[in-house]
Amino acid sequence: MTLDALKAGVLLVFAALVQVSITSNIEVGSGHPDLLLVLVIAIALLRGPAFGAAAGFWAGLVLDVVSFQTLGLTSLLLTLAGYFAGRLGEVTKKSSAHPALLAVTIGTIGVGLGSAVLHFMLGETLSASEFFVGMLLPTLALNLLLAYPLYGLCRRIFPVTPRERRQVIPVV
Amino acid sequence: MLVSIALVTVYFRESEGGTLHGAQRIGVSVAMPFEVAGERVARPFKDAYGWAADLLGAKSENEKLKRENEALRSERIANETAAQENAHLKELLGYVDGPRFPENYSSVITRVVARPPTAYDQEILIAAGTSDGIQRNDPVVTKDGLVGLVTDVTSDSAKVTLLTDQSSAVSAMVLESGAAGIVRHGPSDPSALILDRVGKDAFVEDGDLVITAGWQSGQLESLYPRGIPIGTVESVGQQDVDLYKRIQIAPLVNFDSLSDVIVLIPMARPK
Repeated sequence: MTLDALKAGVLLVFAALVQVSITSNIEVGSGHPDLLLVLVIAIALLRGPAFGAAAGFWAGLVLDVVSFQTLGLTSLLLTLAGYFAGRLGEVTKKSSAHPALLAVTIGTIGVGLGSAVLHFMLGETLSASEFFVGMLLPTLALNLLLAYPLYGLCRRIFPVTPRERRQVIPVV
Repeated sequence: MLVSIALVTVYFRESEGGTLHGAQRIGVSVAMPFEVAGERVARPFKDAYGWAADLLGAKSENEKLKRENEALRSERIANETAAQENAHLKELLGYVDGPRFPENYSSVITRVVARPPTAYDQEILIAAGTSDGIQRNDPVVTKDGLVGLVTDVTSDSAKVTLLTDQSSAVSAMVLESGAAGIVRHGPSDPSALILDRVGKDAFVEDGDLVITAGWQSGQLESLYPRGIPIGTVESVGQQDVDLYKRIQIAPLVNFDSLSDVIVLIPMARPK
């Protein structure tokens, strides 16, 4: 667990720096690939909701600090994304990469809508067309492109046991 | 979750000198070398992409620039004559002028090291700070025109809020007619700008150049010096029920591909 936390910490800090200095320059419409969100979801799928929520919180906090943004905003969204991806990971097989695509799709839409609500509350708005067509759809497409390779990378860094691979915990 | 909500609330409510803002500045300073390194790694790829993109439109652009060059050459002669006359008349009248751009400003040229990850935050992070003489509210430009304003600063980095941010507003005027208004963020596209508060009787045409007005009233003066180009008028409209003209501006600066910027530092800083 400690080793996992250390590995996740290094990976997410590195990803936050890459996101603000490199991937934020990749722009389709007004959308950018959200490297950190995809990584948090991938880690949460493999290590569960508590670990995912903690990873999301710290990753968001690092991103808010290094990009000089309102502290706590991204960490709140990534905490929720990490938790729910972790819950999804509990009810799906870890041997398959398909849950990653589903989780990234739900996570991107959820974080996008959550971000819109939070920014609206803080007085920053976007028009609906700009939000859905300009930002959310391109971001979703770019995140889905990242989902397979990053999930594969996370499976190497956070290996699952053969028993865990087959295990599916029932929801009820 | 509760910690995040508490952080957002405290950060949003506390002053710029508050504990969380201070802690964030330290964090930014610590991360800055890594961000600069990341930007250096990405720079060749960005340059290669820019080069390839420029190459596609190079031929048509060349023709256009040749025509522009010819027109500018004759304009330059007329301008120089007018400038000489202007200087002479000012001397005769004992005209007292405000700070002018670029004469009364020194500049710090620096690189953009980070951009915010969402379209809500029209801000950039630059690799120069108080150690280079930069302070809050210093205007930021590129060779094309106005970029924005320094809104937060650490010893070796500064946050620049772009002109396209919802909180930005600049007093501006149309160069050709002198019609004055306020340039601010457009209602739809995040990178669009509008010139607001221009009366219906003002004369504004498509293609007119919009520059900073740099007003001064007693001890109060605009944060932006007069004469920085902002954009060109893209469309002008007005309706009977509107109080003002509807003027859309195409910014001269491409806010999506900022890589280097110039911070203007007033030579005589107001105390």
